[in-house]
Amino acid sequence: MKKLKNFLWSLFVQPVILIAQNKTGLVGFIVLLIIIFMSFVGPYIIPLDTKVKLDKIYQPPSWEHILGTDSEGKDVFSQIVHGGKAVLTVAFLAALFSTLIAVTLGITSGFVGGRADTVIMFITEVVLTIPQFPLLAVLAAFIRLSSPTLLAFILGAVSWPALTRAIRAQALSLRERDFIEAAKILDLGSFHIIFSEILPNMMSYITISFVMAMTGAIYSQVGLILLGLVPLSGHNWGLMIQLAWTRGAIFFKDSLSYILSPILAIVLFQWSSVSFTRSLEGIFNPRLRVRR
Amino acid sequence: MGWLVKLFRNYVFRRAIRAFITILIVVTITFFIVRLMPGNPIEIYIGQLMSQYGMTFQEAKNAAAALFSLDLDAPLFSQYLDYMKNLFRGDLGRSFVSQGVEVVDLIASYLPWTLFSVGISILLSFSIGIALGIVIAYKRGGLLDQIISGISTVLTSIPNYLLGIILLILLGVQLQLIPVSMMRGTVSPGMKPGFTWKFISDVFKHAALPILTYVLSTVGGWILSMRGSTLNTLGEDFVTVAKARGLPERRITFTYVGRNAILPLFTSLTMQIGFMMGGSALVEFIFVYKGVGWALWSSIGQRDYPVMQGVFLIITIAVIVANFMADLLYGKLDPRIKAGGSE
Repeated sequence: MKKLKNFLWSLFVQPVILIAQNKTGLVGFIVLLIIIFMSFVGPYIIPLDTKVKLDKIYQPPSWEHILGTDSEGKDVFSQIVHGGKAVLTVAFLAALFSTLIAVTLGITSGFVGGRADTVIMFITEVVLTIPQFPLLAVLAAFIRLSSPTLLAFILGAVSWPALTRAIRAQALSLRERDFIEAAKILDLGSFHIIFSEILPNMMSYITISFVMAMTGAIYSQVGLILLGLVPLSGHNWGLMIQLAWTRGAIFFKDSLSYILSPILAIVLFQWSSVSFTRSLEGIFNPRLRVRR
Repeated sequence: MGWLVKLFRNYVFRRAIRAFITILIVVTITFFIVRLMPGNPIEIYIGQLMSQYGMTFQEAKNAAAALFSLDLDAPLFSQYLDYMKNLFRGDLGRSFVSQGVEVVDLIASYLPWTLFSVGISILLSFSIGIALGIVIAYKRGGLLDQIISGISTVLTSIPNYLLGIILLILLGVQLQLIPVSMMRGTVSPGMKPGFTWKFISDVFKHAALPILTYVLSTVGGWILSMRGSTLNTLGEDFVTVAKARGLPERRITFTYVGRNAILPLFTSLTMQIGFMMGGSALVEFIFVYKGVGWALWSSIGQRDYPVMQGVFLIITIAVIVANFMADLLYGKLDPRIKAGGSE
């Protein structure tokens, strides 16, 4: 019972206390929560403004339209609220795919070793040297990335190598630790060792990498959308930027809040993820805590 | 046999072999994407010729074979060998859109601009990042450290192309500090190349916005990693010993701390080169800067497959060669690598 209590404490209470100690980390965490809440719950609260109002084109922010209006006089804020879900979902799925691949390959490589290690690391190094974005752009020319899941899968399929290398390094260092040695001597079996000894000890690292993989997926995803290589429809921060770009909205002085809003939404998400993971690093790696 | 063993243990040689094998693999993958993917460009092109110009299948196939420099009737493996042979002679086929223009010539006109802008940006941002990183590591916790670290975190989290759009909007449209439309392209029309002040300043004027974008979006990362790396090095025993020996502070900072703190950053340098070359597809698109990144975008948009294939290959090869050079530099800076033979 005490063990469980300790476990729950270290899993839920301690991180909150430690996040609260790091100011930027706390702000990042809160902003992240707000963005996620706004994108997934917001659409049920704030209706999408679809009425074309030609007398209200490119209005600056006001009480009525806190982020102004677009080229058709529609409210920009409601578009921001409705445009986050698609971007974040694709980023989440892409990060999930790439983390799954990376964890599987990294642990196999680091823990099993031998020939599997040589082969996996060779493939990883090769894929790692191919510049990711051009590869995605070329693939997008052949595959119609019209479904979000497919887009996420392709994004994940090219972004796993860096993480694989890092996970392998972690697995290698864990393999030499005493408690793993002990588990081996007790003959607990590879399955048990990997799932109950190695993985739990890497969860912190995997969590951080997962969030970073999401920011990477957002970079590529919005980039592909901006270049017009993803035939998506619906509401999406990336499409808002692309639309503003192709309509030449950026060259109107009045359109400032219209084009800047989706950009700021994406930048805020990226920034809060980075700050949040920095403070997570501090939590999981006590050595960093002392040095501040 | 002794010299052979020595050769294989050589750091430079091993890196060169690995770079070469990677290039071979990328070339192979590209070939099979182009030939085997559903809706591959050769089939599409044949279909286009048949429907648009009323050619028979055989005529269209011959035309496609000429365009891609491939014998489409031969078995796939011998096509692959032909493709490799052509590649080593520098024959990448011809453009779909600009009829008859060799892909190699197109690439030769685009590549220097990307190498120039990305290269200068990496040098600038790496050196600025290292200098500022050491400074704020020495003043850790102070106001300067907090400000620079904060700005760095913000800069690292803005995707480079969005930073480019923000720069365009703020400097070009809102404040009207710079003439955006005049800065498009790589040089002004009618400009004669040469070692004249007029030409060189024109080149820099056109490259200014892409370079500013690359530098701003990467410098934060270098500052933060150099700060962390310097802090780690400051705690090392050899620094304490150097201090105890009463060596001058300047010497400790540069030769003891700085030199050792830079080393871990070199592993990120190779990643950064790939990321920036890859990101050029977006940054050059934003600024209509006609380098390979822009060419990749336009060839994909026009479905100009031979150009797309060639540009993708050249970007990848450039990254592999640049990584190889960064590895060599790393080997030079870290004597342990040359001597030990371990990586």
